[in-house]
Amino acid sequence: MVAVNVRDLTFTYLGSQTPSISDLTFSIDAGEFVILTGPSGCGKTSVCRCLNGLIPHFYSGDLQGDVHVCELSIREKPTSELARKVGLVFQNPENQLFSLSVERDVAFGPENLGLPRAQTRERVEWAMEVTGISDLRDRAPYELSGGQQQRAAIAAVLAMKPEVMVLDEPTSFLDPKSAAEILHVVHDLNRKLGITIVLVEHRLDLASRYADRVIIMDRGKIVLDGKPSEVYNERAHMIGVGIPRITLLAQLLEKDGMSFPMIPLTVDEASAALRRSFGA
Amino acid sequence: MIRTETLHFAYPTGLEVLRGIDLEIGDSEFVAIMGENGAGKTTLIKHFNGLLKPSRGRVLVDDVDTAKISVASISRNVGLVFQNPDHQLFCETVREEVAFSLRNFGYDTETIERRTRSILETLDLTQYVESSPFTLSGGERKRVALASVLAWNPKHVILDEPTIGQDYQQKDRLRNFILQLVSQRKTVIIVTHDVEFVAECKPRVILLSRGAIVADGPARKILTDKALLNECSLIPPQISSLMHSLTDLDLSQDVIDVYTARACILEAFRRER
Amino acid sequence: MSIRILEGFKFTKLPTPLHRLDPRPKFLLTIGLFTVALLFTNLYALLTVLLVQIPLVVVAKSTRRWLRSMKGGAVLAILILVMNFITGATFTFSLSMTIRFLALMSSFSIFFMTTSPDDLGLALENMKVPYTLCFTFTTAVRLVPTMAVDAQTVIDAQRSRGLELERGNLLRRVRNYVPILIPLIVDAIRRSVELAEALESRAFGTSERREPLITLKMKSLDYLTILVTVAFVAVSIYINLYVPLPTLDIPIRMPRIWPWMS
Repeated sequence: MVAVNVRDLTFTYLGSQTPSISDLTFSIDAGEFVILTGPSGCGKTSVCRCLNGLIPHFYSGDLQGDVHVCELSIREKPTSELARKVGLVFQNPENQLFSLSVERDVAFGPENLGLPRAQTRERVEWAMEVTGISDLRDRAPYELSGGQQQRAAIAAVLAMKPEVMVLDEPTSFLDPKSAAEILHVVHDLNRKLGITIVLVEHRLDLASRYADRVIIMDRGKIVLDGKPSEVYNERAHMIGVGIPRITLLAQLLEKDGMSFPMIPLTVDEASAALRRSFGA
Repeated sequence: MIRTETLHFAYPTGLEVLRGIDLEIGDSEFVAIMGENGAGKTTLIKHFNGLLKPSRGRVLVDDVDTAKISVASISRNVGLVFQNPDHQLFCETVREEVAFSLRNFGYDTETIERRTRSILETLDLTQYVESSPFTLSGGERKRVALASVLAWNPKHVILDEPTIGQDYQQKDRLRNFILQLVSQRKTVIIVTHDVEFVAECKPRVILLSRGAIVADGPARKILTDKALLNECSLIPPQISSLMHSLTDLDLSQDVIDVYTARACILEAFRRER
Repeated sequence: MSIRILEGFKFTKLPTPLHRLDPRPKFLLTIGLFTVALLFTNLYALLTVLLVQIPLVVVAKSTRRWLRSMKGGAVLAILILVMNFITGATFTFSLSMTIRFLALMSSFSIFFMTTSPDDLGLALENMKVPYTLCFTFTTAVRLVPTMAVDAQTVIDAQRSRGLELERGNLLRRVRNYVPILIPLIVDAIRRSVELAEALESRAFGTSERREPLITLKMKSLDYLTILVTVAFVAVSIYINLYVPLPTLDIPIRMPRIWPWMS
């Protein structure tokens, strides 16, 4: 099943002269884990907004082309309906949590959908368990650490039972350990629950290992699209994408004459590959 | 020189954030202060320009006790750039934004003109001189904030989390700019948890955890100590982890950046042959 | 000093009976105290209304903050005393008005210190106030501490650029607040936009009927509070109408300078 289908998508924000994204065409299958990356200003956030209807319903402008998410058209369906299929997690956890307790924040989405109390309760318990925050239910969001807040934000979106989850640089404000934990939670959502993931990230060293596919954008267009090992090449480096350091190292060593059957994305892969080269 | 003597700090609510910090940062040193969120990094640097005064102990900037003089006087020599540029931008044009700081410090109109032009050129912002800062992109706003602090040419420059939200290219530019400042004999202190960025800059690293210094030394020593970093919610740079996993191959253990690792591995490889 | 008053109206989570009370009977209690304070002009009666709140404050473990807000309100209280006295009222009466003001302020202070904005929102929802209004209210309250932190950061950032807030004449000092206000306003706007995006993404405003996960349930203590409040107001009305109260004559008089003075 196709979870996301984008065709000839071009969008120009109201008041802007140039489109922020042009002629984008791509599709994402259900269950895929896709990383969307590229230098600042390349249009990644605009794409996220298109995926849940913020564009064109919240952000006005000139929209051309088509976006279908779970077979719903973003043009025809309001954000509230799209919200049942697509969840969007933002960069700053502080502005996504409105209540004075985590439990109520997670319940917010299902309540908005008008679900009966028993169903809301069920979803809230489930979402908190999956993200590992059940023991934080009575705490106020501002009492939590950045990592905990982001988990709560993910739980709050998860409670709406979306089929697709879009995350826009969710680790920006987190320290490395919390960032790794959050990405692992997202990976679990993908592997264990089959949720399609679209992750906008700069921290490719932490996220690449989970991705089936990486789409690199530059100046509003898609420039590279493929498996991480295929896409982290010279061109990506030229565009300004921060490919994982050990991937870069392997590429440099290959140029120096060492052979790598597979481009490593993680330290373990690089370690194993180097051992093989050394014949150890 | 910036020096602290058994610096203790607790907020009025009673929360003790700094517990007995003793450190000395010499002129023209390049230092990264790292640690987990809540370790006290931002609280510590706010003592360096007098925004916070110690509950116990002293902070001396160029041999002057910060408790005895105003923030404005210390700021002449200590420029602190905050994490979020939107917390300071308020003028109608970028030019005014930079001029604001200079006017506060009492420079005459001619000098203000000159310095504004100069710093905007250095930071590649000349084309925005008459633009409203609010219309600029995130990265550009960060540069404007930086420009407005560097305009008065402080001897010591402190950057609080300069890499958050920056893409790889922007970080690269930032790194080059910081190294430029260092070559101009300025003291540069950055507060960050971006391990890879620090691995490429290779400053002196001071590791803070729960209000106390747990480590202080060159980057290649601190960033290769996995246990220590783990205590502070940090992950060692990928290169360092890689070298660690290959200890039996007789490779140098304090390598943290790609190019040194490349040279090191090639050498070992050629030795094997 | 003005910041001190605010502290007496800020909610903190504490496990006290007063905190556990349903907001509706609690508000009834507040209104009861308020009504009785407006009812009486007798100094002793008003003092009683003020003093009877002290055990409530102690039970709510909020004594220190309550005292701070009383201190903060002292300026206004003294103003009321002086204004009444200068315009011809007896000193006793002026003092009564001052005590009345403090009793009124205190009754609301107790309410806000012990009621979470979320519960307040729920109570409002229960009373059929449109959900969007309830939400606006609770979000505004929830954002106050966040914006206070931001305000401090902005002040720090501008001071680090040489801005001196404590120097200069009145005009200069007012002008010096522009670099503080503008970033704060911009910050508030940016925050609102991000909040709105998050709200849209969680289907806010979709359904007319909402079944909140957590509802307010009245317990025995709540019913008891209602009973006690009603009794208190009833007795006070009775006393005010039929029972002569002792008066206190303080022999300080304002010289006769206004035409309406006897």
